[in-house]
Parts: sequence; structure tokens; C-alpha cells
Amino acid sequence: MTFDPGLAQTRFGYGRSPEVAGPQSVDQMMALLRGPDLAAERFPVLSAELVSLKAKDLAQKRKVFAKAKGGTDAKDTAKEHYMQGRQQARLDAVAWTGAELARRVWTKDAFRERLTAFWADHFPAPGKTLFYRFTAPAYVNSAIRPHVMGKFEDMLISAVLSPQMLHYLDQVYSVGPNSTFAKQRGKGVRGLNENLAREVLELHTLGVDGAYTQQDVRQLAELLTGLTAGIGIETRYRTKRSEPGSETILGKEYQTRRSQMSDIHEVLRDLARHPDTARHIARKIAVHFVSDTPDIALVDVLERRFLETEGDLGAVTEALLRHPAAWHTHGDGVGNFKQPEMFVSSALRALTVPPDRLMQVTEKQLHRYFTAPLRKMGQPWRAPLGPDGFEEADTHWLSPQGLGARLQWALGAPAAVVPDLPDPRDFVITTLGEEAPASVRFAAKAAENRREGIALVLMSPAFQRV
Amino acid sequence: MAKRRMDRRSFLGQSLAMGCSLAASPVLTPVSFAATGGDNRLVVIILRGGLDGLDLLRPVGAELLRLRPTLAASQPSGMETAGGAMLNPACAPLWPLWQAGELEFVQAVSTPYRRKRSHFDGQDLLEAGTSDLESGGVRDGWLNRMLRHMPNTEMQTAYAIGADPMLLSRGEMPVQTWSPDVNFVLSSQGARLMQLTMERDPEMSHAMMRAMSMVDGSEAGGIVETDNQNMMSELNDMMDAQMRPKGAGAAKAHVRVAEFAADQLRDDARVACFSLGGWDTHAQQAKKLRKPLEHLSDSLLTLKARLGPAWGTTTVVAMTEFGRTVAENGTRGTDHGTGGAMILAGGALKGGRVLGRWPGLAEADLYERRDLMPTDDVRRYAAWAIRESFGLSRAALEQDVFPGVTLGDNPSLLA
Repeated sequence: MTFDPGLAQTRFGYGRSPEVAGPQSVDQMMALLRGPDLAAERFPVLSAELVSLKAKDLAQKRKVFAKAKGGTDAKDTAKEHYMQGRQQARLDAVAWTGAELARRVWTKDAFRERLTAFWADHFPAPGKTLFYRFTAPAYVNSAIRPHVMGKFEDMLISAVLSPQMLHYLDQVYSVGPNSTFAKQRGKGVRGLNENLAREVLELHTLGVDGAYTQQDVRQLAELLTGLTAGIGIETRYRTKRSEPGSETILGKEYQTRRSQMSDIHEVLRDLARHPDTARHIARKIAVHFVSDTPDIALVDVLERRFLETEGDLGAVTEALLRHPAAWHTHGDGVGNFKQPEMFVSSALRALTVPPDRLMQVTEKQLHRYFTAPLRKMGQPWRAPLGPDGFEEADTHWLSPQGLGARLQWALGAPAAVVPDLPDPRDFVITTLGEEAPASVRFAAKAAENRREGIALVLMSPAFQRV
Repeated sequence: MAKRRMDRRSFLGQSLAMGCSLAASPVLTPVSFAATGGDNRLVVIILRGGLDGLDLLRPVGAELLRLRPTLAASQPSGMETAGGAMLNPACAPLWPLWQAGELEFVQAVSTPYRRKRSHFDGQDLLEAGTSDLESGGVRDGWLNRMLRHMPNTEMQTAYAIGADPMLLSRGEMPVQTWSPDVNFVLSSQGARLMQLTMERDPEMSHAMMRAMSMVDGSEAGGIVETDNQNMMSELNDMMDAQMRPKGAGAAKAHVRVAEFAADQLRDDARVACFSLGGWDTHAQQAKKLRKPLEHLSDSLLTLKARLGPAWGTTTVVAMTEFGRTVAENGTRGTDHGTGGAMILAGGALKGGRVLGRWPGLAEADLYERRDLMPTDDVRRYAAWAIRESFGLSRAALEQDVFPGVTLGDNPSLLA
């Protein structure tokens, strides 16, 4: 089989919706992906510029508050301003998540949302401080989302060199030990920090089995010195902080004449086009979208396509959709167990939560029905424990706590997020399709009340395994 | 309460009646004590936010009063520990433990984390158990690495408890996770139907059954028999209540965590970990520190009460990402510092001691002229607690569990 309208929605989207028709062919899926970002237009979020401006303003308010003399009226006023700023930042983040959910629930082009989520988790950069938590959604929207059908190297550069990532992986603290900056400051100045360099090689590009050594990590870390950024401050290159001299990474020499940003772009492009990167990314895509143990032929095709096109993600995505192995079903022993954020998002889509409810979601509602339950299910919203993102293995998610938390949500949340619960006998068909298993149809019919009927459909293997 | 009028039935009994072979489920098969290699138990509590060690154990004298004019001004608690420091008055419930030799402190310790004083990085280093974060690449936590050196670690040996995933327990070894906040009420009919839909999916079915058996023993959730419409509407109300994070009992979430930990440890589990928050006391510390200290006391006393005789073979290790500034700040609180305190509790302890070398509070004695100077590595004490509890080799501890730590002399923590 080379296309299935059900799998097109469940495996390559956020599931079926009773109100949004699913794509009828791979051609249509590709046309949507290659077309304008309609969901982003319909459910807009703050522009990156505005977010950065607001972050800068909040930082300024905090500074004024910190500097004001204690016990004075000025201190009280400054505190009030700062607290108002923080409250606004929190509310902005709530609205942002609401818009992201609205996109997932109402888009025709659901694969774009899945790709965005996938790449956001490939380049995770949850804020380590209040300010960067505030700018985290903007990072995904501006550094990741525009590139999901573009060149991998462009996404790599945009993500790795974003202020968000430079802060998350400590690059902003890294200084060349022999740089002018270090010499002027003398003792006590911070030295080299390898964190970003290592993760670029191990996680973002070549992969843990890739052909790099500790020497390459060290050399890349030296090459990356000079990069700085801050709250609302765009990434810049400061020669004074840069380690002098050339660096050799995977046998190629960079910065042979003088230290400059273009060499950093060059090394990232080289790493993006490396065969090990092609292998690493091909496998990760196949695992994430199809199965923990993907068909080798599928991985080979994705890898080849990546290499042939120098990392054109549109071409790689198309190769995935056009490969028969991508459409193998559970009957063939193929498929994945939904991660929690996909479970919740696809349930909201099946329930057709009205757009204005999502766009105008309150902080309390979002906490109660989305962020707190996701945490219990083991997947705090966009905040994995480390830079390697969330686990891909189904066995990780099939835990008693994870399933218990899903059942708690499935019994309690649907009745609160839609005006009227659908009839479970209809819901089982709109959600699972005409191929809904007889046992789930029976359960939906035999349930003692609507809530349990809906929960039984959402908890069924047919809904959770895609 | 509505619940009582319903006839509860054990889901376990039901599924057996349905012909479902629960007894054969690997997750529910008990592991014998012998298989886990002993009777000793270890509980690790991560105190998130940076506990102020100097306010937990207040050194007596003019020096502290000069640095902390308001925080050190209150009447000494009278609970004088070894070395003369007074225990914070909010810890009064723990005083009997001290007197019984079931409480011990280590002063002036820290992880190798220095200078930046970020919670995020500090906690990562504390839980990763490594010497630095700068070289990156560590994906697992020390508690998980410890498990691979324990004989016959089975599914039930270790638990990470609470809603937040923890780096401490992350890694290749199996660690059970459970949060007592996970709760639901399902009619027995619903439970039967769910079994039916999962019949052909043993993995999901096993995990779901385990979740049901956990919830069925809880206060406000479980599987209930319903035989009329009134009950169904009560059931609806209960489902709503389960979605309210501030619902009944939420305030005592930490107690439920400790209860659950004790229940597992009394059974087959030998290792448990969880975290307690609220230690980041930048302002009004005299007031703000009371609650987290009470929560810590509740947790330790709940463990003791619920473990019963097993408390005698239990060691609890509570550690934090860093201490706080020696001087109080302009808002009667303290800011992120370096050297701090570690708390040890349990019937297995020698107890009644304050370990660690005291560095002094004179300005020249401080770290960067502001923080208590750490005189020892907090990982060393955790390593000895592990070594004495489970017999891990020095090499395993120094090279794998806590890479870069030097075990040094045995502080002889266990009695």
C-alpha cells in the first residue's frame, strides 16, 4: 500500500476530526506542506520581534526593581511594574500554547504541525530561566517551524545560533582561553564550555555513533567561541571572545585567517551535509513517525534522499510518504504508541474543541487540562529533561503511571473542554474510522455513561497506537 | 461522602474472574527479598530550590547575628545538635528522631558546582552525579547508574515517585514511576470494557492493570460498583473532582508521596526517590522556610510510621543543589550560595551527629566572600550511604555512579 486515508491522519497528523476532512493522497499532503502556512495565518501568535521587545522590557523592569533602594516608594512601584510584566509574560505564554493547540485541532495540514513538533524536540531549548521560558515558544515558531520543509542546514543554523539555544547550552558563557577578552580580564574569567559543541555533534548532526572524537568536540567548542546573545539581544559575533588561531574539525581547517561568523556557518553546513548526519536523521524520522524498529529499506531511502538533496527536508519528507513501509499497519507489526502530547492533542481534535475556546484559554484551564496532566503523563510541555529530547521508545511511555494519567484525563477532561460530549457510538466511528475494532464499538455502546464511553475510545489501543 | 455508598470491588479480583491471567503478569509478580540482595533500603529526597543550611542548623554566636540581623535574631530553639548549632524551630517534630539516633546532618557540603548558582544547572549536576556539566553528554542519573551495580535488580526494586520526571532516576535500568496524584474513578463496568478493548494488547493491558491496582488502593479513586442512575451522577462528580489539582487532599500531596514510598519499600522495593520544593527563600525567609521544613518533617515521619520495622533498615538521604548566601539580603531572605547542608535520617543510621568540617563564617573563610565554603563533596556521603546499604565497590562508586568522586575515609553512617 502507498497511501491510506486513515493512517494519513493518525500517523502523519493529529488524528481524525469529525469536521476537518483528511488528505486523500500523498500529492495532496505534499501540496499542503509546500503551500502557505495556513494554520499559522489563521491562529497567529506574537511576532518574534514583539516577543524579544517584551523580554527586553521585562529584563529592564527587573533591573529597576533590583536597583531601587529598599523601603522606598520607588521600590514598591518598581516591584509592581515588574510583577505586572511577569504576569503579562505568563499570560502571553498561555495564549501562545492555546494558538498552538488550535492549529493542531483545526488544521487541514496536520503533518506540518507534527513535523514542527518533531523538529522542536530534535532541537529542544526550554528556557532555563524565567526570561527564556517566556521566549521558548517564539523560538519554535521562528527558528524551527519555517524550516520544516526547507534545508536541514538552514534549520540547524537557525536553531543552534538562536539566543535560546546559546543560552540553553551555555554557549553564552564560553570564552576562548587565549582570547583578548580572557587576557584583559585576567584570572577568574570563564573559559571554554564544550556543551553546545558536544550536543551539536552528538545530538543535532552526526549522532552518538558518528565519526567524531573528543578532539573534534574541543575544536568545535573553540570555533564557537565569540558567539554571544542575551535577553532580547540578537546573536552576535565578538572577535574579542574568540579563541585565536584555526580549528580543525573532522579533518577540515576553519578560521584560517581571522575569526568570523561565516566560519561557524560553514562548519554547521558541513556537519549538516555529512553522511553520518544523513543516517542519523533518516533513522530518527523513521523511528518517530513509523516504528521503533523501522524497515531498513525505508531508512536507506530517507538517508539516500537526504544525501542526494544535501538535506532538503521537503524531499526527505516526500520520500517518507511515498515509501510503502511508511504505510505498513499494526497487522504488519508496525506502528508507534502515541506520546502524551500527541495523545492529548489528537483527543482534542477528535472532540473538535471550538477554536475560540482554545484561542481564549485561561491560565487555569490550560494548567488543569493540558500542562498539569501532560506532566503526570511524563511529558512536561516542551520541557524534556535534557537536550536529547523525549524518549522515542514505546516501552518508555507504556508505564502504569503514564496510562493511569491518560485515563484520568480521558475521564475528566473531555466533558470540561467541549460544550457537549458526543455520543460515544458516533465518536468511536469519527475517531477510529469505519475500521474501528468490534471490541471498541461494543465498549462505546455498552458504557454506562457518555464520559466512560468517550474515555474507552480514547484509551483503546486503536486510538493510542498509530 | 458519595464514595462510601458505593460498593467497591477490587479490580484484581474482577480481572481474575474475567479469566485474565493477572498472576502471570511480570509486573505483578513479587520479587523475593533474597533476589534484591538484602533488606536495606535507601530513600533519596531532592530538595529543589537550594536549602539554607545555616538556617536549618543555626550556629550560635555573634558572627551569625552580625550577618543575619533578622534571621538569627529569634529565640534559639533549644534543640542543640552536636557542635552547638540549634535546629530550626520548624523542625521540632524531628527532634525525637535526633534523640533516638535516627537523624544526622552533614554541614558545609556541596556538589562540585561552582560560581554560576543556577537552579537548573545545579539540580542537573546534583542528579547526574558527575563532576561538571561543561563537558556535557551525561543523560542518566546517579540513582539509575547505582542500580546496575546491585545484584538482580528487578522491576520492583526502585521507584521514582511524584508527577515530575527526575533526571536522578533516568537511565537504562528499569525504575518504576508512580505519582499518587494519578487518580481516577471508573465504574466496574467501565473497567471490564477496558479490559475487553485491550485484550489483544498485552503490553497496554498490563500497564493499565497495574495502574488500576495502584489507584484502587487510594483514598479518592478506584473502581466502583454502580447499579443506578444516582450513582452515575455521583461518578460524574468524582471524575470532575479528579481533574482539580487543588481538590481534596492536594495540600498533603507530599504525605501521599511518602506513604506510597513507604508502602513500596515495606514490600519489595529497596530504593525510592522523590523531590520536595519550596526552598528558594529569597525573601521573608523566617516565614517562607517554615512550610518546606514542615513538609520535610512530614515526609520523614510518614516514612518512619508507615515503614514500621523496615524503618530500622532504612537510610534517607536529603540533598539540595546548593546552599545560600551567608548574609541575609535586603528582603530578609538569602540568595543562591554554595556550601550547604545534607540531611540523613532512618533507623539504619548511627545518628545524632553533625558530620563535616566547619569552615567558619569570617569573611576570609567564605567562598567568594559570600557563601559558606564547601569543605566536602556531598556525593561522597551519598556514595557511602550506598556502599554501606548495598555493598557497592569503591571502584563502581568512584568511576561509574559518581565519576570523579574520591570516597576517602568511611564516615560510618550506618549503625
